[in-house]
Amino acid sequence: MSHFTNNKSEQVDKPNTDDAYTLGPLQAGPPCCDPEPLIRVDNLSLHYGEKPALEGVSLDIYKGCITALIGPSGCGKTSFLSVLNRLTDMIPGCRVSGNVHFDHRNLRHPALDVQRLRRDIGMIFQKPVPFPLSIRRNIELPLREHGMSKQAELNDVVQQVLQDVGLWDEVKDRLASSALALSGGQQQRLCIARALALQPKVLLMDEPCSALDPISSGVVEDLIQRLRGKYTVVIVTHNLAQARRIANYAGFFWIKDQRAGCLIEFGQCKQIFEAPAHELTAAYVNGSRG
Amino acid sequence: MSLFRTDRQLALLLQSGALLAAALVLLILLFLVKESWPVLQHVPLIRFVTDASWHPVDGLYKLTPMLSATLYSTLGAVLLATPLGIASALFSRYYAPSFIAGCYRRLIELLAGIPSVVYGFWGLTTLAPLIGRLHPPGVSLLTCILVLTLMILPTVALTADAALAAVPVAYVRGAAALGLSRWGLISGVALPAARSGITAGTLLAAGRAIGETMAVLMVAGNVVQQPQSLFDPVRTLTANIALEMAYATGEHRAALFVSGLALMVMVLVLVGTAELFSKERHHV
Repeated sequence: MSHFTNNKSEQVDKPNTDDAYTLGPLQAGPPCCDPEPLIRVDNLSLHYGEKPALEGVSLDIYKGCITALIGPSGCGKTSFLSVLNRLTDMIPGCRVSGNVHFDHRNLRHPALDVQRLRRDIGMIFQKPVPFPLSIRRNIELPLREHGMSKQAELNDVVQQVLQDVGLWDEVKDRLASSALALSGGQQQRLCIARALALQPKVLLMDEPCSALDPISSGVVEDLIQRLRGKYTVVIVTHNLAQARRIANYAGFFWIKDQRAGCLIEFGQCKQIFEAPAHELTAAYVNGSRG
Repeated sequence: MSLFRTDRQLALLLQSGALLAAALVLLILLFLVKESWPVLQHVPLIRFVTDASWHPVDGLYKLTPMLSATLYSTLGAVLLATPLGIASALFSRYYAPSFIAGCYRRLIELLAGIPSVVYGFWGLTTLAPLIGRLHPPGVSLLTCILVLTLMILPTVALTADAALAAVPVAYVRGAAALGLSRWGLISGVALPAARSGITAGTLLAAGRAIGETMAVLMVAGNVVQQPQSLFDPVRTLTANIALEMAYATGEHRAALFVSGLALMVMVLVLVGTAELFSKERHHV
């Protein structure tokens, strides 16, 4: 696993890097390279029992980009994320229809190895969920589960991912103490480190900053910025300014006819915020609705 | 203190209730000490270990065979019941379909409600002959351990189940999102998170095993001897009190109160340990 490098300097130093996708500087209009869709969602609907939560959502998640999903509460953004790593399987009475392809494979195929999928598509929750274990064990647990058992290897990964999220210097002397003793921001960064340790292709983030104080929130936001290019990030956020700062693409969800959430508009972040095509989007991003 | 009169009255009521409960424990301890005093005042504690035998009428007060019988039977029952109880809780919490889990839990609760004399009856008429076929006489430390195991199993299973139920849903979701298998979730997250609750429940069950009298009296054989094997008949402290109290007088009677005191101290140590474990918030 390599260090994350700043987008800009990566472009200057090694313009043809093959594993990381680079985009133009943030908010600079169209990406510099042709975006390649990694997840394709086509006509997705989701019901909880008889109650529809999402209807007819179609969008592409582009590789290496940060995609922000915005919209009022209860419009199905979190449900949408849960479809992408099949956490919806765990909700009794939840029905999903439509096509979702991840890396050209049918993500909704019943025989799909869900554990493998969740390793490729990690998730960060609104409230940080460190397990009641030591800091070190928190990161080692999923690694061991996925077959890494050599302690030296584990130590390397633990150090690497903690450095990647900027937590190493803060916790290197107390790796054996409980993760629950960390502050909220530190816990969230530990959760991100834990997800990164599995080398996922995609990170789903469900309002990762909203339970944090402004300073921690800033630190986590900077971290998400640094994930760009190496990881594909889908982030749900209620913080429009944050979406605007970090996202390459943005999707605007709204509750249609007081019943189900739907995707009103999807496009490049700059376009959504500066030249929205739909009047609801314009009203929402300007703060006059929602 | 609250300004409201009803609050003050309620607080007073609750405080006196709590005080009464605490006072009862102290009073029982005091009573035990008072009743055992005739022996304690002229027999040094060491003689309860060094005397040749338990013949309280002749002034011989060796308690250690009965103490070890109590300890061995409790230890054996806890060692057997803990893994079984945890396995049962894991089954009902994580593997059984919800309908079966519900029925299963009712069944375990029923098991907890069976009177101890019924367990003893079953042990005496069914289990003891079976073990007797293996190695006579049948009534033995092993029979005692098995019956006690059955009796404390529901306590371990139900408290472990409650502890596992208290594991936050967020942990389960978080573990799933990391691609952990069900067993990965259980061994890596759920059991460590529920550990203090499970430990407290196990100690509670151990307290029950120490104090159990009737069932043990019926299946242990009641011979005062230091057990050399699992098939030896033994007499526990509780059985000793129940057997001899009816005709004991004078210092014999006081010596029985000393065994009661010993039991009480054992239970207090257990409860203290349980308290320590449930307070412990630090996990590794």
